[in-house]
Order: sequence, then C-alpha cells, then structure tokens
Amino acid sequence: MRKALITCLALAAALVVAATASGRTDATKAAGAIPGCSPASLNLLAEGTLTIGTDNPAFPPWWGGTPKKPWQVSDPASGKGYESAVAYQIAKRLGLAKGDVKWVAVPFNNSFKPGKKPFDFYMAQVSYKPERAKNVTFSTAYYYVDQAVVGIKGTPIASVRSLAGLRKYKLGAQIGTTSYEYIVKTIKPTRQPSVFDSNADAVAALKNKQIDGLVVDYPSTGYITGVQVPTSKVVGRLRQAGAGREYFGLIFSRGNVLVKCVDKALTAMKADGTLARLERIWLAQSGGAPVLK
Amino acid sequence: MTRGGDGRRGVAVALASTVVFFAVLAVVVVNSPGWDEVKRAFFDWQLFRESLPAIAEGFKTNVKIFMIAEVFILAFALVLAVMRSLKGPVFFPIRALATVYADLFRGIPTILVIYILGFGAPALQIEGVPTSTIFWGIVALVLVYSAYVAEVYRAGIESVHPSQEAAARSLGLSGMQSMRFVVLPQAVRRVIPPLLNDFIGLQKDTALIALLGTVEAFRQSQIDVAATFNYTPYLATALLFVLITIPLARFTDWLVARDRRRQQAGRLA
Amino acid sequence: MSDPGAALEIEGLYKSFGKLEVLRGIDLAVAEHEVVCLIGASGSGKSTLLRCVNLLEPIDAGRIVVAGEEITGRGVDVNRIRRGIGIVFQSFNLFPHMSVLRNVTLGPRKALGLGRPEAEAAADALLERFGLAEKRDEYPDRLSGGQQQRVAIVRALAMRPNLLLLDEVTSALDPELVAEVLDVIRELAAGGMTMVIATHEMGFARDVASRVCFLDEGTILEEGPPAQIFSAPREPRTQQFLQRIVDAGRL
Repeated sequence: MRKALITCLALAAALVVAATASGRTDATKAAGAIPGCSPASLNLLAEGTLTIGTDNPAFPPWWGGTPKKPWQVSDPASGKGYESAVAYQIAKRLGLAKGDVKWVAVPFNNSFKPGKKPFDFYMAQVSYKPERAKNVTFSTAYYYVDQAVVGIKGTPIASVRSLAGLRKYKLGAQIGTTSYEYIVKTIKPTRQPSVFDSNADAVAALKNKQIDGLVVDYPSTGYITGVQVPTSKVVGRLRQAGAGREYFGLIFSRGNVLVKCVDKALTAMKADGTLARLERIWLAQSGGAPVLK
Repeated sequence: MTRGGDGRRGVAVALASTVVFFAVLAVVVVNSPGWDEVKRAFFDWQLFRESLPAIAEGFKTNVKIFMIAEVFILAFALVLAVMRSLKGPVFFPIRALATVYADLFRGIPTILVIYILGFGAPALQIEGVPTSTIFWGIVALVLVYSAYVAEVYRAGIESVHPSQEAAARSLGLSGMQSMRFVVLPQAVRRVIPPLLNDFIGLQKDTALIALLGTVEAFRQSQIDVAATFNYTPYLATALLFVLITIPLARFTDWLVARDRRRQQAGRLA
Repeated sequence: MSDPGAALEIEGLYKSFGKLEVLRGIDLAVAEHEVVCLIGASGSGKSTLLRCVNLLEPIDAGRIVVAGEEITGRGVDVNRIRRGIGIVFQSFNLFPHMSVLRNVTLGPRKALGLGRPEAEAAADALLERFGLAEKRDEYPDRLSGGQQQRVAIVRALAMRPNLLLLDEVTSALDPELVAEVLDVIRELAAGGMTMVIATHEMGFARDVASRVCFLDEGTILEEGPPAQIFSAPREPRTQQFLQRIVDAGRL
C-alpha cells in the first residue's frame, strides 16, 4: 500500500517539476499572485528560486517532518510546522512552486553579519526590534509571540503563580532570543540569569538543575516539555508589559526590495485568514498554561 | 657620515615608510565597496558607549575567574613539574602519572573540557557536588592550564645547569631542599615571560565559561550584538581585554629587569 | 682493614662512563690533617675521583671509607655523609639568585638546622677571616672570579667538614686572581684541615702538600712527598709529565 502511495507521490512531483520547468516566468500559473510581484521581477539571489535561510536544528512546532541531511530534528522542506507552512504560502503567492524553494542552514549569529547574504530571507523565530531594524530589514509580523517559563515538575518554581514569584529563581534563556531581555527588563530576578549558545545547552542546564526555569517563546514549550525534558512543565505564560506586542519577522539584507512583495503576501495571508488557519493547525497547544501577571 | 647620522637617517626612513604603509592601507580600506556597511556594523560609537557599562560589569566575572584560577594553576603546575623531575626508578609511577596528565589535558580542546565538566559533573547528581558554572569553569581552566604551565616550569627546571644541583647536594641538602631553595627559584625566574604568556591566554579563555550560561563580558557583548544585529559591542569587549593585558606585560618586563639588575654585573647598553 | 686514624680510605675504586673506564683501581689513604695533592693530565680522572668521594658519582667497584664509615655501602644516608665532606668546584657554582651571605648560610640553616642568627654570625666570622666581609650582601655575579671562589670555599667551610675536596679550584681564574685563592688554601692547610686537592699549580702543590699523587690513565702511578715527586720522579711517565710542565714554564 505504502509503495503505491509513494509511487503516486513521486509521479505527481515529477509532473509538477516538469510543468514548472517549462513555464517558470508565467505569473498567472500560480494562484493568488500579487500584481507587480512576478517571479521575474523579484530581486532573488538565484533566478526563479527562493532561497530561505534558517537555523539547524529546526525544532517543532516551527518545523516538522523527518529530517534529511544536513538538517536535524525536522526538515524545513517538508512544509510541516508553522514556519515551513508560512514559507511555502509566501512562495506560492509570489508565483513560485514548492520545488522552487531552496533551504540553507545558517546559524542565527551569521544571519545578520554585514556583506552579501546567502539567502533571500531568513526565518527562525527572530523577533523584531527597532535596534535590529537599523542593521537589517524586517518583514511585517508573521506571528505575535508570548514568552513562557518552563520548570521541572515538583520543584518550587513549578508552583509559582505570579510574575513576582519568579524573581528569586535562577532563570535562563537562549542567546539571540528576546527571552533574556524579557527576564532582565520585566521579571527582574535577584539572581543573575544564564544565557546559552543553543537550545541544547539551555535544556541541559535545566535538566542539571543549573537553572530553575527556562524562559522561551510559548510555542516552543511543547517540544521542550513533550520531548526534550519530559519531567518539565510550563509554569506559566508571560505577556508583554507596555506597548507593542513582540512579533516574529523575516530578515532581509538591508534595503532589499524583495521585502515589499513579501509584505504584500503576508498582509494578504492575514486578511484572508491563512495565517490564523496555519496557527490553529500547527501552534494549538493543549492544556493552556496560566498567564503569570 | 657619523654613526649618529646614520642612525638618525635609519630611524627617519623606518618612520616614514611605516606611516606611508598605514596610510595606503587606510585609503584602501576606506574606499572599499563594503566599507560603509562594515563601519556601521563594527564602529557604531553610540552603541559602543551604551553597551560598555554592562560589558564592564560582566568583565568583573572574567577577572574574578582568572585571578582565582591563576593562583591554583601556578601551584598545581609546580607540583606536576616537580613530580616529573623526580629521579630514580622508585618514582616512576609518579613521573608517569604527571606525564599522562600533561598529555591528556594538553590534548583535549579546552572547550570540550569545559563542556564535559560544566554540564557533565552536575548531571551526575552526586550529593554535595556543586553545580555552580563558575566553580566548574574554574576547575576546567585549572586542569587544562596546569598541564601547559607545568611544561613551562619543566623547561625552566631543566635549563638550570646541573652543577647548581650538584653544589646544593654537596652541601648535604636533600633532593627536595635543593629543588626548593636552589633549582626552583632560578627556574621560575627564567620562565616568567612564558608564564605571563599563559596567563594572558587564560584571561581570554575565561570567555569560554559563557558556554555554561554564565553572563561574563563576552556573553554580554554577544547578547547586545544579537539584540541589535550590530557587532560594535564585540569591540568594547576586545578593548577591555587589551586594557588589562598591557599593564600586565609591562609589570612582567619590570619584574624581569629588576631581577637582572640585582643579580647581574653591568650589562652592555 | 680500616685505619681508625684515616680521614679517607679508597680501595680498589673503579668507575666507567659507558664504555670509557676512567678510574681503574684507585687505592688511596689520607690521614687526618694530611694534604694530598692529585696531579696529572686532563682526563686522568682527578675530578671524577673527587666526585666519587663526595658520592656525586656512583662507583662501579671498590669501597670508600670516610672517618671509619663505609660510605659506599647500602642504606647509607647520603645527605649526612655529604655534610661532613666539603667540595669546591672549578666553576665556583655559587647560587646566583642569593647574596653571598645567603650562599654561605643556606647549608648550615637547612641541612644542619642552625637558626638564622647563629648561622649568620658564623658566616660573618668566616667571611671576615678571608677578607670578604664587605661583600656579604652582594650577588655572586658582581664579584671577581677570585672573590667568588673564595666565597665558594667559605660556603664549604661553613658546614664544618672533616674533609675538604678541592677540584682544580684555580683553573678557571685569571692568573692575577689565583694567588688570593691559594693563600686561603695555604691558611686552611696550616690550620690542620684534611684536604684532597686536584690541581695544575705545581709550585703550590710543592709548598702545601704532605703528599703528591700522580694520576695517569685512571690509576695512581706514583705517590710520595712533594720533594721526591718533583725533584726525582721514579716513573718515566711522571718524568714526561713534569717535563712538559717545566717546558711550559709552570714550574
């Protein structure tokens, strides 16, 4: 049964490739095309190909599917996971097919270095910040994000119910996430928080009880509590204080005009409910954790 | 042409050619196509001023770590070096142990030692074993650097002429006494420059503790860099490290010169 | 059998360095207060012999007895033996990182366990006696060769040895500095110190020795009172050696 299914899929894929190979510049082929944003007119690295960069490993729920080398944990090209799904939607609206999308692994720290970028845009749960926007160009929001605290079940931090209650614990966050800033500016703990190079290190520190609580964006807590540290749970969600909710944007090299078309695609996706639908599919969390105030 | 005249002309030529070289280099760099972007990404002075206080605060952690670590390193490495210099077949196990230690800890990359001890030791969950990252960071640095510094001491010990030990033993001093009063004082004085070298290396390697989560100068600058997508905070960190290195190097020069002045008859100018 | 009155007895001493046999059966007895001079060509084994007596070199065969005790036996406390034997080297071997005073007091304080005031008082007395009092706080590198060697002798004397070994102690000195060192040794001999002196200074040996031994290729070829050795040597090789010395104008 499975063999037959795979054969069918392979055939379908071959047909798609054949079709798109011959009519790449035909803008009217793709549904929902944006005026003025045909593939030929886009400022792409490689003609007719959308090159997207993201970090490796690619974690759920942002990415899904079985990883293929060099990717680990998930496969960005699978179309599964919120970010992958959003990426392919954007491609579709720019008149590009699934096969026209290429993925490159770029560590977060390399995504904003000056000089020519190896991608058209970078997508890896990067939060917009005005300071960052001086050095790169951001798209509009494709996800509004809440932070959350993860702690080991049965430890004192697990029973905290308020923001103030978190203050006396040793908290940790991953570098480059706004989680650390959230800890320092909003939670204001009495003990110096720790910052880790990677998700793996942060999770190891949590397991080792070198930190009491890990602050991370809320959607990522599913993978952490479900797979990486099964003895942990979400202590609570943290809402932004003050004006302007935190959001994720795509990163472009400074002044790249491609962002205009991508923004149009994202705006359309918001307007017609596509983003909301993808959120429901990939980011719905069961047993919502309490919001800590 | 007098010798003074030759000398002056030589200095003038050297100065002039250095200035010209750097001027040409500056012109090439400033006119390169990517210069504006690089300037903005690395030399944002306002960001430099803003990020410096927090980085300096984190730098205190680096200083604390290398001050504590260096004390233990100098002591432990000396023990290792003396262990290796023990003569006679009865001491073979001790010599072998010290040799294996030096090979092992010079062989394993420091970053791995920090990872293995910093994340591995607390993971064993043994009662009473500290989980503090600073503690394990210091332990890791001490273990690694002692291996290198022990070799420096050993070079110093072996550079002391055997006739010194012979003279000391002839007076009836024991091997340990001769080592302690005659050989080591001379050996250590001779290797002060390479000891300083290793100390300076240690100061930089304290940044590796960031891997364990500790927010010290490098990590703090990394946080600022990630928050702004601008690399200027790294410059601030670099500056702080250079600022402590320079006085240390001058102090060492002074130490060596003072020793020479005291012990030796007039040197040629 | 050991002679209880002998300060030093060497019997059948053999010493090789690898394949090179340097000492081939040395027999020598030195009585208390005797001054024995060893003469001979370079490589004849004079230095090696002295270093063996001081246990700086392990011996291959034979025995050495110092003040009635066999020092080459098993289980001997080498450090204790060395405290009773002083040795002065050709290249002085002063400790460059210590002042003259500290060079002299190191042994008494650490090996003999003397307190600091006691050791320094004794050191000052010795330095005074040999005209080095004003150099007590100087570092060795600032002294002339002759002064350094005199300090080395004082350093050895500070341990109150029963036997003093002097290994070509003037060979590294400029000629004008040799005299001051020889004067010190003369004084020690007059004071009754038992000494074994390896030397090239034939005139000095003739003056100060109670007995002269000519070493040739690892054995004592001839020994006797200086008058006999220098005026009427019996062995042809001794004659040859002394003739060469005379020709070089050193006798």
